[in-house]
Amino acid sequence: MQRPVANGGGRRRSLTRTLAVVPGALLLAACSSTLPQSSLNPKSAEARQIDDLWILVLVIATIVFVIVEAALVFAIFRFRKRKDDDREPKQIHGNTALEIVWSIIPAVILAAVAVPTLQTLFDLRSPAEGDVVNVNVTGHQWWWEFEYPDILDDQGRPLTTANELHLPVGKTAELKMTSADVIHSFWVPPLGGKRDLVPGRETFIKITPDADRAGEQIPGQCAEFCWLSHADMRMLVFLQTESDFAAWAASQTQPADIPTDGLAASGYETFTAVCAACHQAVVAGPGGTVSVVGEALAPDLTHFGSRSTLGARVASNTAEHLAQWIDNPSDFKAMAPDLNDFGTGRILGMPDYGLGDDEIAGLVALLEGWK
Amino acid sequence: MAVTTRTEDLGYTPNTDGVWSWITTVDHKRIGIMYAVSALVFSLVGGLEALLIRTQLAGPNGTVLSADAYNQLFTMHGITMVFAVIMPIAAAFQNYMIPLQIGARDVAFPRLNAFAYWLFLFSVLMLTSSFFLGGSPDGAWTGYANLSTQVTEYVRMDYYAIGVQLLGIASIASSANFIATIFTMRAPGMTMMRMPVFTWMSLVTSFLLILSLPVIGVGLWQMFFDRNFGTLFYAAQASGDPLLWQHLFWVFGHPEVYVLVLPSMGIVSEILPTFSRKPLFGYSFVVFSGIAIGFLGFGVWAHHMFTAGLGPVAEAGFGITTMLIAVPTGVKIFNWIATLWGGKLTLNTPMLFSIGFIAMFVIGGLSGVTHAIVPADTQQHDTYYVVAHFHYVLVGGAAFGFIAGVYYWLPKWTGKMLNEKLGKWHFWLMFLGFNLTFGPMHILGLNGMPRRTYRYPEGLGFEFWNGMATIGSFIIALSMLVFIWNVIRTPRKGLPAGDDPWDARTIEWMTASPPAVHNFDRVPVVRHLDELWHRKYGVDEEGRAVPLPDGYVEEPAFIEEPGGIHMPSPSFYPMIAAFGLVTLGAGLVFWSSGILGVGMMVIGAGILMWGVFGWAGEPITREAH
Repeated sequence: MQRPVANGGGRRRSLTRTLAVVPGALLLAACSSTLPQSSLNPKSAEARQIDDLWILVLVIATIVFVIVEAALVFAIFRFRKRKDDDREPKQIHGNTALEIVWSIIPAVILAAVAVPTLQTLFDLRSPAEGDVVNVNVTGHQWWWEFEYPDILDDQGRPLTTANELHLPVGKTAELKMTSADVIHSFWVPPLGGKRDLVPGRETFIKITPDADRAGEQIPGQCAEFCWLSHADMRMLVFLQTESDFAAWAASQTQPADIPTDGLAASGYETFTAVCAACHQAVVAGPGGTVSVVGEALAPDLTHFGSRSTLGARVASNTAEHLAQWIDNPSDFKAMAPDLNDFGTGRILGMPDYGLGDDEIAGLVALLEGWK
Repeated sequence: MAVTTRTEDLGYTPNTDGVWSWITTVDHKRIGIMYAVSALVFSLVGGLEALLIRTQLAGPNGTVLSADAYNQLFTMHGITMVFAVIMPIAAAFQNYMIPLQIGARDVAFPRLNAFAYWLFLFSVLMLTSSFFLGGSPDGAWTGYANLSTQVTEYVRMDYYAIGVQLLGIASIASSANFIATIFTMRAPGMTMMRMPVFTWMSLVTSFLLILSLPVIGVGLWQMFFDRNFGTLFYAAQASGDPLLWQHLFWVFGHPEVYVLVLPSMGIVSEILPTFSRKPLFGYSFVVFSGIAIGFLGFGVWAHHMFTAGLGPVAEAGFGITTMLIAVPTGVKIFNWIATLWGGKLTLNTPMLFSIGFIAMFVIGGLSGVTHAIVPADTQQHDTYYVVAHFHYVLVGGAAFGFIAGVYYWLPKWTGKMLNEKLGKWHFWLMFLGFNLTFGPMHILGLNGMPRRTYRYPEGLGFEFWNGMATIGSFIIALSMLVFIWNVIRTPRKGLPAGDDPWDARTIEWMTASPPAVHNFDRVPVVRHLDELWHRKYGVDEEGRAVPLPDGYVEEPAFIEEPGGIHMPSPSFYPMIAAFGLVTLGAGLVFWSSGILGVGMMVIGAGILMWGVFGWAGEPITREAH
């Protein structure tokens, strides 16, 4: 069911916004472009549903807050013992009618809030319908794996990328999520509430980005403590028009070329000898034969050069940063590669392989060239 | 009120000097003091951890702490503040005040009481020593599986699994003790509905602990077995379930929140009437709403799991129960305000902290209701908004209430008044610092800052409010220094308090300050709620309180004990038993290192046996010597 979100939601929101005089200033301050990761700045249908509900509750809570605190402050000033007044107060033990009234009023308010809460809850948790963009999300310590099961390359492999999620605007994407190791939580506040990635389970979240948000890049990050680099398990969501998304998907399903000369060619040798122990790439040889090299334990590097950040958004993807990263990954973010256990597939970070400057330069040339 | 020392009736001469007298004491008041001193010392540890955290987060990309150090510090900050500060300060008041409030001479099981204290102390020391011996727990105080069972190369989460287990045993022991004391040792005429609210709330928390701690006890053993013996309770790849831990943890963890705050609510319910010079408004409603909170507290645990994927039906159910719990909480707040209403308020330090408690708890309560709004909670969950919420409940709420209790009851403990001027400085600094620290965290969380992150990048708009929060945290630290100075100077420099410095209402103010070892020379016969007040005041035709003429007390005012007073004798076996049990636990922590762990376990078991059998073979009251 398509909800008339833009109209109904907008009107209620502007009405309640007007009522929320006290927190209003705070909220408006929050809705500026300087807060790209704010939940108060919704950019999807789902996030707006949540925000509308939040504003409603905020207004009610603010009214209750003002009344209760005003009564408290009034009592303090009005009933403060004065020097010239030696009379004792009346010894009042209680009032059953009052007790009933102030039990029922909160109950009624809460019941009133429960109705839109449950409506929104069941709405958000219902399966996506219609023309849906399916994405499989897998959480890893400390990076995100995104797989589009319906977007296949010529060999039938699904589009796979890492840490940067691309979504077309105006369509509902349904993310099916799980974890490869410990519990993580997918959270891109402007696009909706968070959802945990639990090993052994599948969880779902729907995102319908606003049609007018094409071209925006929205930051998000892991919200469930997942040890050392939890703070650095970030991501970036690219909202694109449908045609831009299609173009991106088309280029991402192409194999990367195996370079034949120059720095990049020596870099490819290092890649297959060292990096391929964990990283995977889909490559095309000189004759056009497409093959998969490496293991899928770490981010897929086929189109590494097309990404704008590296290390799960800890740095911009420049040749200089990449060289530093390869030289000593733990400089960028805390990891524990000494605990890696290939036998059980437990990978807790990229080791410092002690590569020479030439080898690093080769790898940088290779990976930055894999657009 | 004249005080006669009837030591000659005691059957023994209590040895009250020297360290040995403290180690062997079974006096509930001395055990209470030891809990209080321990809590104060550990609050410095937990506070230092907090200041390091805030210093790291003062600006973007902080480099004061490594990710590894930060993770240990925030985990230990939570464990320290919950298990080594708030719970023991509650235990301090419960130990010291419950027997005095109900007219008992001690608790039901004095040696078990001592055992619980020493077990608590040694367990916390073991947990804190982890900083220097193998690394501290670094999986958050919630210890979520399967992260907590993932890295078994380090003993860190073994400290957590064993340390919290031992603390749980200590809490169960003291809870059983309080329940038995309250049910069986009340003075004549002290019916349940004449009990002071603090004692009532302590009874509720004792039941909460006894019912909830076994659940996390099971969870912790499963964690320890997963880590050390290859079981797979929480291992998804073997059809175990990481969410099982979350259920077990929060079935304990949510009632635990009320364990932390209900005693504080009880304290505030004592202080507000005293300084308003009116009875507590709606006593029975305040008591029963506390019981209702306790019951409902067992039915809301999954609101900590609204993002875990339980499904909309379960989420709707737990959302509604969470809303429900706001009703009895609101009842309490309204009754407190109604207690102030029409009174003659004296705004001294205990009163300021009690009013501060109400003002801050309203904020924490309202933000708690927003967590019941499931879709909104999926934005707030695991962010600084939640950090703000529970600090408003546990610091603005629980801690403010306990500090109010210190200012209110320390004169009874020491016979000296705390300095009022320093007290006011403490209150206003803490009120300012607290709101500056935790108020902005609401905004940070809504603006997208997750908790448990050791750093945050530039460009997300987190800098300003984090800076403010860090400034606020140092103001709190300053206020705590004022507090500690005030407490330390009081025994030497405080003004004499007398038996009843506040013209108070309940019977603990009928005995000397500090009370003799046997509490009451003569135990009062209780005919009213607020018995002491009714011995001092009647009401005129307008309903106003008027002093009764001297000597007007219904007879018999006190019970006669012709057989003399028999107090339990000191014993060091409880401490020995506790030391043995913690040594055994420490051996389990180092199980993986072979001979060291097994050796400690054997030694610990031996010491435990010595303590337990010595304890069992020792008469509770030795003859006079």
